[in-house]
Amino acid sequence: MKKNQDKKNRFQAEYLNSPAVDKVGVEERVARFQTRSIKDASKLQGLKMALNMIDLTTLEGKDTPGKVKQMCYKAQHLHDLLPGLPTVAAVCVYPSMVKIAKKEVAGSGVNVASVSTAFPSGQAPLDVKITDTKFAVDEGADEIDMVISRGKFLAGEYNYVFDEIATIKEACGKARLKVILETGELATLDNVRKASDLAIYAGADFIKTSTGKIQPAATMQVTYTMLMAIKDYYDKTGIMIGMKPAGGISTSKLALHNLVMVKEVLGSAWLTNEWFRFGASSLANDVLMQIMKAETGVYQSSDYFSID
Amino acid sequence: MATKKNTPVVEWDYSPSLEGTSHIQLKKQYDLFIDGKWVKPSSGKYFQTINPANEEVLSEVAYGNEKDVDLAVKAARKAYKEVWSVMPASERAKYIYRIARIMQERARELAVIETLDAGKTIRESRDIDVPLACNHFFYYAGWADKLEYAFPNRKVESIGVAGQIIPWNFPLLMAAWKIAPALAAGNTVVLKPAETTPLTALKLAEIIEASGLPAGVVNIVTGFGDTGAAIVNHADVDKIAFTGSTNVGKIIQKAVAGTSKKLTLELGGKSANIIFDDAPIDQAVEGIINGIFFNQGHVCCAGSRLFVQENVADKVIAKLKDRLNSLYLGNPLDKNTDIGAINSKEQLETINKYIKIGKQEGAEMYQPTCSIPKKGFYCPPTLFTNVAQSNVIAQEEIFGPVLTIQTFRTVDEVIQKANNTPFGLAAGVWTDKGSRIFNLTTKLRAGVIWANTYNKFDPTSPFGGYKESGFGREGGLHGLSSYVKLV
Repeated sequence: MKKNQDKKNRFQAEYLNSPAVDKVGVEERVARFQTRSIKDASKLQGLKMALNMIDLTTLEGKDTPGKVKQMCYKAQHLHDLLPGLPTVAAVCVYPSMVKIAKKEVAGSGVNVASVSTAFPSGQAPLDVKITDTKFAVDEGADEIDMVISRGKFLAGEYNYVFDEIATIKEACGKARLKVILETGELATLDNVRKASDLAIYAGADFIKTSTGKIQPAATMQVTYTMLMAIKDYYDKTGIMIGMKPAGGISTSKLALHNLVMVKEVLGSAWLTNEWFRFGASSLANDVLMQIMKAETGVYQSSDYFSID
Repeated sequence: MATKKNTPVVEWDYSPSLEGTSHIQLKKQYDLFIDGKWVKPSSGKYFQTINPANEEVLSEVAYGNEKDVDLAVKAARKAYKEVWSVMPASERAKYIYRIARIMQERARELAVIETLDAGKTIRESRDIDVPLACNHFFYYAGWADKLEYAFPNRKVESIGVAGQIIPWNFPLLMAAWKIAPALAAGNTVVLKPAETTPLTALKLAEIIEASGLPAGVVNIVTGFGDTGAAIVNHADVDKIAFTGSTNVGKIIQKAVAGTSKKLTLELGGKSANIIFDDAPIDQAVEGIINGIFFNQGHVCCAGSRLFVQENVADKVIAKLKDRLNSLYLGNPLDKNTDIGAINSKEQLETINKYIKIGKQEGAEMYQPTCSIPKKGFYCPPTLFTNVAQSNVIAQEEIFGPVLTIQTFRTVDEVIQKANNTPFGLAAGVWTDKGSRIFNLTTKLRAGVIWANTYNKFDPTSPFGGYKESGFGREGGLHGLSSYVKLV
């Protein structure tokens, strides 16, 4: 707890400096990214990067071992008709499915990410969240996607949220921690920025927009605000933090716009799946369709791309 | 935690994405547009207009002289008397709407030609200049048959023949700002575009021709300063509207002194952009960038004097420098270019002269590392820190991508410094406090003040200056009032 206290003190000094965020200005900036024209070689390179950054996700009450196995196969064989394609970055599942997923992707380089801390609401006592996290890690999860207690955050109990993240970080051991802010519930960009700073200083390896269960999810405005928090932290400390927009990114165009934003805000160093991820279930096939178009010159029907 | 970049960084660059030019039609030679016809200049002289991005000749344009101007004014007078001032206002509106619609239809062509002739980026021509120009026509078309409601309890009459002289920084947009309200109020027009950027005005003449506007209502006479002088000095012109440098503005004001000519002047500026410590810093940085580097700084209201509160100055300057490195400078036709070409060789020399002065004055210069195309006129975005009010670069209008940065401590101090200039065109205020915004807007002596944004234009909003930035307003109702007689 001493360590947490030190961190918290350090954070609170920073927290007082969390800059104001002007929504209109952010919208304008984001619109500029969307006017970037990505063509030819840069388009193909961007699409392949995007593919390799996807956390292929299934997070449903009705998930079964069968469903998870099928998704894991897809993660490693995105479109075998086209040789040389990368795999996705990770598969993202509930803790109960981690063991199965781990076995299915073994040796492929695809990581297993598990949501935890009473995902998606986070409305559970801390010891339950710790147990949830440790279980997922013990089952073999390489990455943990936790949710913050939005209720506590909105009630102004920032210390609680900070301690919770720091505690879960400890429970993660070697697993990398992604902290889901659930920005759709935080409502303002000022809150998004505040929560980003809080999560980063509390020990997040990645910050992530959404659970995918709440709308709006990963809007570019929200992602931009979080990227700026990452940038300020990097400029101050030299420590890189990863970013994962999740939910609502289902087209190649939007994915490329996100990559443009990452490149122009943080630089090309962030353009690997070590530092940037897309949490998405349907993005992969749209990217594949665009890659096939770029390679062959013609669009193929969606029936030619497997749905798992 | 990774402090080092574990994986090798693969650069992701944007492939060239040039806007096509095959759809545009440029004639080898353009004559004067007088009385609805294309007329050869009486001198027989033509001058070349070039693409400042690569110095290639685009076309040859007629050099109008006094005789040609006289012809144009006579045509305008005849059209005013016989057609335009006696036409039902609702009919006038239809023509103006028609012009706006044809402009929209040909927006892509206008944008490309604007970029070729002026050096501005295609993104700006396409997303700002051309749509805004169309909107000015649409907006004023709406007023044409509602003039009696525009100025309650006053009777409204048109003025007559308006002589209009426009600059090279927003060639089509300035033509629209001038022509649209003049026509809506029932006046006829003789317009002279700038010598480095005549092409979109000539394209507009083609559009006006296509719209079936009665002959002589709009006349476009290309040429140099002496052509403009001929318009100003013509005895049968009732109103002069000029946008351009303060020096020329002064000459014009002297020339019309003692005549009955009405005059509006939109001149230079050295506008203050003020950043308080509680501002949304990252958005303010974008606003500073947009304020000074929009259109390569060729903007009369450019936020060329930056005032940053001292306790956030280091942070803001560091962020600004960082941001400069992600701007793309290059071919204005590339859709990803952020900073295009300087409008002319002369202007580039002026800018470089000021950069040299800035260095000699001991200010610290910062330019990002970016490759400059070999041909054409380019200037990298430039910051000067360690600047005082007494520096020449903080006093005189540079009209280029050069920002001077000063710091301040208190509200009163920054108001004093912001107002301590012969100019008074625009200002920007960045703060999270609404009350502070209102405090500053009442005390800053500038015609336009933006709060938490910069360089936003709209046809409904008046634009114009105090002091040496000129007088009269363009845009909105105020813009209309410059083209009517209230009786």
